[in-house]
Amino acid sequence: MTAHNFETSVLNTWCPGCGNFPLLNTVKTVLQELGEGESPTRPENLVLVAGIGCHGKIVDYLNLNSFYSIHGRVLPVATGIKLANPDLEVIGFAGDGDAYGEGLEHLIYAAKRNIDITVIIHNNRVYSLTTGQFSPTSPLGFPGRSTPAGSPEPPLNPLELLLAGGATFLARGFSSEPEQMKQIFREAIDHRGFALVDILQVCVTFNNLHKYYAERVYTVTDHDPADYLQALNKIKEWDYGAGTGGAGSGEEKERIPLGILYKREAPTFDRRLSPGGGRSRAATQEHREALIEKILANSK
Amino acid sequence: MMKETPTKGGPDTLSVLVGGKAGAGVDRSGTILGKLLNRLGYRTFIHRDYPSIIRGGHTFSIIRAAKDRIAAHREEVDVILALDRETFTLHQHRLKEEGICLCDAREKTVLPHPRAFGIPLAEILREEKAPAVMTNTCMIGAFAKTIGIDFTLLETILRQELRKETELNVKVAKRGYETVKEVLTIEPLRQEILPLITGNQAIALGLVKGGLDAYVSYPMTPTTPILHYLAGVSGDFGLDILHLENEISVILTALGYAYAGKRAAVGTSGGGFCLMTEGLSLAGMAELPILIVMGQRPGPSTGLPTYSAQTELLFALHAGQGEFPRFLAAPGDAEEAYYWSALGLRISWEFQIPAIILSDKDLGESFYNFDRGLAGDPEALNLLPEKEGRNSSANTGQDLPYRRYTLTGAGISPLAFPPLAGGIIKVNSYEHDEAGITTEDPRQTMVMQEKRLRKAEYLARALEAVKTVNTYEGENQEMALLCWGSNKGPCFEVGRRLGLKVIQPVVLNPFPTRQFQQALTGVKKLITVENNATAQLGRLIRNYGFQACGQILKTDGRPFSLEELEEKVKGAIA
Repeated sequence: MTAHNFETSVLNTWCPGCGNFPLLNTVKTVLQELGEGESPTRPENLVLVAGIGCHGKIVDYLNLNSFYSIHGRVLPVATGIKLANPDLEVIGFAGDGDAYGEGLEHLIYAAKRNIDITVIIHNNRVYSLTTGQFSPTSPLGFPGRSTPAGSPEPPLNPLELLLAGGATFLARGFSSEPEQMKQIFREAIDHRGFALVDILQVCVTFNNLHKYYAERVYTVTDHDPADYLQALNKIKEWDYGAGTGGAGSGEEKERIPLGILYKREAPTFDRRLSPGGGRSRAATQEHREALIEKILANSK
Repeated sequence: MMKETPTKGGPDTLSVLVGGKAGAGVDRSGTILGKLLNRLGYRTFIHRDYPSIIRGGHTFSIIRAAKDRIAAHREEVDVILALDRETFTLHQHRLKEEGICLCDAREKTVLPHPRAFGIPLAEILREEKAPAVMTNTCMIGAFAKTIGIDFTLLETILRQELRKETELNVKVAKRGYETVKEVLTIEPLRQEILPLITGNQAIALGLVKGGLDAYVSYPMTPTTPILHYLAGVSGDFGLDILHLENEISVILTALGYAYAGKRAAVGTSGGGFCLMTEGLSLAGMAELPILIVMGQRPGPSTGLPTYSAQTELLFALHAGQGEFPRFLAAPGDAEEAYYWSALGLRISWEFQIPAIILSDKDLGESFYNFDRGLAGDPEALNLLPEKEGRNSSANTGQDLPYRRYTLTGAGISPLAFPPLAGGIIKVNSYEHDEAGITTEDPRQTMVMQEKRLRKAEYLARALEAVKTVNTYEGENQEMALLCWGSNKGPCFEVGRRLGLKVIQPVVLNPFPTRQFQQALTGVKKLITVENNATAQLGRLIRNYGFQACGQILKTDGRPFSLEELEEKVKGAIA
């Protein structure tokens, strides 16, 4: 059997130097590796879901099953696919505008339900495809095109929000550190339950934070991700620029922790939907027909 | 007390109004009374009127029984069961001269009506140590006696309908039964007893028949009962039932199900449908099957949540950005609700388009007799021509690589679901090529747009084989009433009484032009009857070159009573 070709012939239209390139390559490597080893996940069992934004193009660039959804709606689509066929490995890709803005309610509910999917956020902290407005994670004072005098809103800390929301796997990566991204993606996919990876993805055109991040990120060590309070502290260590008045303007250098920040085991949504496990799909049309007749007979 | 038989007026035999405060079990009483009359062989219809209030506020049901099929209520009633004084005050004008009213004995002195019979409700409940909510059971017992029904029949129905405190309920009913004498005699009819179900239940059963795998919803009157009903039977039918965070999530999750090969339906009303429109448009572009049950209620905005309207026909037809085919049917009774929900689901899957079942509060929540034989077999229709691939999920093995949007004559591409060994399934909300990859190429854009729209032509052709326009042939073929949805009931009955032709298109998109034209043969004056302010069907038919020359519109959230409609029709044809 020949190896699956993950490439499509689609011309890549991300800007040169975009943080999405290393992210795409890392995803490709991880998915390739998933298809190897003892209990491989075959490519046909993978389903990718994307929203709208620069990130979304990733599904055009990967020769895999995909659902190119609409803006903000990665989570409900991914949830539906997973519930319809729990054997599928469902991976969602969304931008910060997509998941933390337009579709925030779905994200919190996905965490609350602990649906067994993985979501990778291309968090470039700016709206890029719409040419440079502030996003839910842009720092306070961000001079976007809709806020030339500076964003009047402090950013969300999405990981803090999702921790409170009940997520069972929360991690942060950096698009310039592919090795670490790879490890995180692998663990996120292996995690049974809702896993979210916030990738600080550099947008070279509208919000180039490469140097800013490079000077501040560090990988968490001596951290117990199963400990809620430790996780909360790590997650709160960096506030996405809520008080700095803008990237790089702080006197003191903040430190940005990377790695798996929180992880716990909990029943997943599809399991909870039918407490006995193994939802009854068996009902044949004959069986249904007999039941309908019975119901009608009892409705007189 | 005198013993007499009710006067005969048309096919009507008996109308009973039961009313009380919300929370007093009025609804349940209506069902029991309906089943009681139904079991006597009468064709039965229950109209339910309730406010958007959980406790307090006035609620009533009108139960009407007749020899022939009916699907409308009369203004005038033979019996009032007044669970409180307000019921009598509000509805006494409806009571026929020879009608009777059953009330609490304590109210008897207050109620001026000569034929008001007081039941010692408080005394009975106290003696039986029964809760106040059993007032209605006691009243029903008394009612059964006044119309000469054997207590055994009532007991059977009580046991069937009241699962909690059954014994006490039966006892209380018996006490009520023993306090009065027979006043009217309702003779049992020798005809088949039919099931008595709501339009919502008929929709739910239709969906199940159509192969439903999942029902996804956010509660909203008047389709909430579909969610409740299917949740109750989900274990038996093997259904996934999801109540999600909002209607946006509802439709998108359902589309996720469709992508993975599971048949999903969603239910909502106008407000929820507003939120669903982006998902509807996505279904059109990505060619994902979905069935939407849209139960209308008066708007704009929150409007009158628990009342009825026919205001979303044009909205449902045009909702969603871009141009894409959709199927829309507006059933007019339980049989049509069942048939078109099942067939609608099939159509959405065979043509990979969104299907909308346009219901309303009156259709959804009224009780109708359901004759399954009359409903027809939703599986009998051959939707796709042989050469277009009857089973559209076939041919995935031979011509690899699989392309989700392969161009075909009818525009219908082979449908496959993950996991597909050796194949990749890509769906896309952007304009896309046959493989599902995003494109902005001008020629490709046109080709794919035409492909999607072609499906509508084939669907219209396929629907020629079914009855999509119902007609009632009156003696007067030149004068016709035009109606849709739940107005079928009142219009057919008034049409029959006045000898007018009645035309009811059930499928409204693709519009059944040929069948509609045929129905109009010989008609010189067409009057549209609608529960909206702007005659939406009247406006719709103009697009196809037809014209209604008169209109009877009602916008108060309540359905036409027969008397009301008859008077208006007489005025319009004069």
